[in-house]
Amino acid sequence: MSKVIEGLRYSESHEWVKVEGGLAVVGVSDFAQKEMGNITYVDLPDVDDEVTAGEDFGALESVKAASDLIAPVSGRVVEVNEALEDEPELVNQDAYANWIIKVEMSDPSELDALLDAEAYKKISD
Amino acid sequence: MKYYDKLIFELSREGRSGYSLPENKFGHCLKELPKALRRPAAPELPKVSEIDVVRHYTNLSQMNFGVDTGFYPLGSCTMKYNPKINEEIAALPGFNGLHPLQPEATVAGAKAVYEGMDKALAAITGMAGFTFMPCAGAHGELTGLMIIREYHRRRGDTARTKIIVPDSAHGTNPASAAVCGLEVVEVKSNANGLVDVEALKPLLGPEVAGIMMTNPNTLGLFEKDIKEIAALVHECGGLLYYDGANMNPLLGVVRPGDMGFDVMHLNLHKTFSTPHGGGGPGSGPVGVAKHLVDILPDVKVSGFNGNFGVILRAYAYILMLGRENVKLAGKYATLSANYIKESLKDCYKLPIPSVCKHEFVYDGLIDDGASKAPDGHGATTLDVAKRLLDFGFHAPTIYFPLLFHQALMIEPTETESKETLDDFIEVMRKIAAEAAENPMILRDAPHCTPIRRPDETTAARNPILKYQDSICE
Repeated sequence: MSKVIEGLRYSESHEWVKVEGGLAVVGVSDFAQKEMGNITYVDLPDVDDEVTAGEDFGALESVKAASDLIAPVSGRVVEVNEALEDEPELVNQDAYANWIIKVEMSDPSELDALLDAEAYKKISD
Repeated sequence: MKYYDKLIFELSREGRSGYSLPENKFGHCLKELPKALRRPAAPELPKVSEIDVVRHYTNLSQMNFGVDTGFYPLGSCTMKYNPKINEEIAALPGFNGLHPLQPEATVAGAKAVYEGMDKALAAITGMAGFTFMPCAGAHGELTGLMIIREYHRRRGDTARTKIIVPDSAHGTNPASAAVCGLEVVEVKSNANGLVDVEALKPLLGPEVAGIMMTNPNTLGLFEKDIKEIAALVHECGGLLYYDGANMNPLLGVVRPGDMGFDVMHLNLHKTFSTPHGGGGPGSGPVGVAKHLVDILPDVKVSGFNGNFGVILRAYAYILMLGRENVKLAGKYATLSANYIKESLKDCYKLPIPSVCKHEFVYDGLIDDGASKAPDGHGATTLDVAKRLLDFGFHAPTIYFPLLFHQALMIEPTETESKETLDDFIEVMRKIAAEAAENPMILRDAPHCTPIRRPDETTAARNPILKYQDSICE
């Protein structure tokens, strides 16, 4: 059974968002890391890149597959988790502690379109 | 299988030899070579006896698995048998002694092979002409997309920057499109595993350069709406690209040209029985419909016209089969796939139950034995594939297409007899029974191969790409 954390918002493509100090912190869910298997590479965007909700902003590669990372919200990337460049396995170890990007949202109302923990549990079961 | 991992250099002993080189007739020329081009020391060749060499390579060959060794049901790859006559023809001195720079007047035989192949492939596919330069499937895709881009450019229509690719496509399709500078737009499959025509319609417009399709698609299903899709795409001004990776079941039955495709590639190393995987090399000729023939690359640009040896082998295959028997290849491939699919659907989940073409996809075990495992994890598709190795079968394609989480894709081809198919079915049933009873047998598999499970994660994270002494220590 995959872990789903209360209070986060989730996308149908298995990213999570946590709003922290006005920024959207984005990562992938525990279900996503389990499905991918051992992650071998995280393709990160650059700081200041613009991301658009529903479009890819990077990718995860594992021994099993490569999968696009889809932005759950639009905005400007203000920070990327550089630790993942050398240690992609951190995503496997704890998908919620190891965020991928932080985004300055251009339209916080996009959060409303995302799933809550309850709804996400249903699709990631 | 015995484990053997020596390098020929490790067998080398000073003074040992298995061969006498002929007298060097060109020693007197050495002085005329510029100093920079002369070796300061003799090359370090291994010093070994003949029996050392024979045993070394025989042992290495036994560590390998190929279609000459056993059944190779690798979905999406058409690992059919490579008839030995292909090799005999390709080894004829008039062919294998050809040099790409020799005068055109001296290569009439090779030109006749290209012309014969052009005619044969045009007849099989319904295309008007082919280029033989692309050296594999993805190379063909890129060439074909460049032809589509050039077609729009010549019409002065530069707004067409998008290419539509179904979610079931081979990964090379979006990759080739991206390399070609086109923006990939995904179209979803419907519940039957086919391109959803209603989802396609809103994607079409003046920015669409074309659509890339594989038919039958990667689920082994025939895109029966192809005529309607072709009409819609043409109506919006786009072209249709046919990924020929799955051409095998259609041989002599249906032609991409008649379905409405404008550009396509074939994988000679799949459909036309030339060596494939590891050995290769490949060949991905691109065919076009009549209105695109003048955009095909001009052969006269270069004497290096693709992988000639592969094209020659494929031509030998087509001529050996002949017009009537080419049709049987596709039909037998389809029959074999459906036979396995129906025989195992009580032990493996069959997400799309309709009649398939040359291949089909299961979505893992029906009973993965999770309740019998100490940690509650059942056997996965990966475990089934690994366990198959213990029984002397090559593993099928796994975790592709991405539409199903436990995808296990089987393509038997027309090569195999009913007895081989029955053996395979029996082993797959046995593996399913083992999983239900004790999934750890599968999770610990393979038990009988020289290497058990390589550490794929470390290999991907920290690849060692060349020989290092430390590996052997």
